[in-house]
Amino acid sequence: MIAIVDYGAGNIFSVKNALDYLGLDSKLTDSADEIRAADEVILPGVGAFPAAMKMLESKGLIPVLKTEAQKKPLLGICLGMQMLLEKSYEFEECSGLGLIPGTVERIDAPGLIIPHMGWNKLEMGIACPLLQNLPAEAYVYFVHSYAARHCETSLAAWVEYGGQIPAMVYDGGNVYGAQFHPEKSGEVGLQILRNFGGLV
Amino acid sequence: MLAKRIIPCLDVRDGRVVKGVNFEGIREVGDPVECAAEYNKQGADEIVFYDITASHEGRGVMLDVVRETAKRVFVPLTVGGGIKTVDDIRETLRAGADKVSVNSQAVKNPQLIKDGADIFGSQCICVGIDAKKTPVGNWTVYINGGRIDMGIDLLDWVKQVERLGAGEICLNSIDTDGVKGGFDLPMLKTVVDSVSIPVIASGGAGKLGDFAEAFQKTDCSAALAASLFHFRELTVQQVKDDCRAKGIIVR
Repeated sequence: MIAIVDYGAGNIFSVKNALDYLGLDSKLTDSADEIRAADEVILPGVGAFPAAMKMLESKGLIPVLKTEAQKKPLLGICLGMQMLLEKSYEFEECSGLGLIPGTVERIDAPGLIIPHMGWNKLEMGIACPLLQNLPAEAYVYFVHSYAARHCETSLAAWVEYGGQIPAMVYDGGNVYGAQFHPEKSGEVGLQILRNFGGLV
Repeated sequence: MLAKRIIPCLDVRDGRVVKGVNFEGIREVGDPVECAAEYNKQGADEIVFYDITASHEGRGVMLDVVRETAKRVFVPLTVGGGIKTVDDIRETLRAGADKVSVNSQAVKNPQLIKDGADIFGSQCICVGIDAKKTPVGNWTVYINGGRIDMGIDLLDWVKQVERLGAGEICLNSIDTDGVKGGFDLPMLKTVVDSVSIPVIASGGAGKLGDFAEAFQKTDCSAALAASLFHFRELTVQQVKDDCRAKGIIVR
């Protein structure tokens, strides 16, 4: 079972819909016990970093996520990916889960539209099991104004938008983060979720 | 770089797909969920449902359509038509839409754009605009499906829409809509050059080359069409192949 962490932010139903479509058993939950019992965990998220971290904290989920990430695959999506990093500067300096080295900063792309919204093409970095069996030109769907920085050692994929924007981070173990929305990225996104479901 | 988006639009009334030609002579064809799934297969980058249902009961039907579509189609969904309040936006997003498109109501109550953007984020709020050229050469904004001229200058309105926090503009030309002679490039270019948010071209696509032409002659981010795709005169894939052959980046 995949636990989709429901901490009161974002459109988590679309993640659930995609997993249902793929026949992957999943459950929306904010229960520490259910996250501990799950085979894999997805941390979704749309919204602002400090508010989302506060919600995780108020539900007592921060230590649970840190511990479980040592034991089973964890995929952060969009803001959920950003929360895997050490800290963010969205509105205020705020600590993240610190599972992936790096920070979160506003996209600095002079002359380009912010948010970075739409379909962009993945360029591959370090080998990552979630990025297997994708077409040569793999486009995925982004909506974000902040991006990961200083995460070179974990950079599994990036896209070009006024410079490199990290698209997927991977710690080489259990922890994965997708800045894009695999649940809104057509067949490519479904394949990435299928790969995640196939890890266990 | 971001790919240029090709967006099929489905006009829906009482849960069934229809398409107006110059907003009149509506004819009914098909199930919106099936149509959306077909467009998804063809490579649509986004799917727009435009709800032309007038009644309150019809809104519930539309939300059911969105819910069912969101279970089968995994590209962004936009829902427009009949959205009047922040609560309407909330329930549409909860049903599975990624964005809402507000049109007439935004003209009557511009605060709706700001409230929607503040609460749900700019990326959720697309402002649809119907505009038509005046005898003196500028364009004015129309509401109620192109029936009422508000006398508001188009460029004043698009700048206000951007200031209020809209994430995107879907610009429909009443002059070219349904005529199939191509997008209204002069109007499109003028608007694209006046704002720094993405602009979707709408109204007038009639043949394969019209899409690439809009991308080559303006910096629009996306192009939308309804009947052309709906009556299978062209597929989304054919349009993308044509754009790709002309050096335009598409997914």
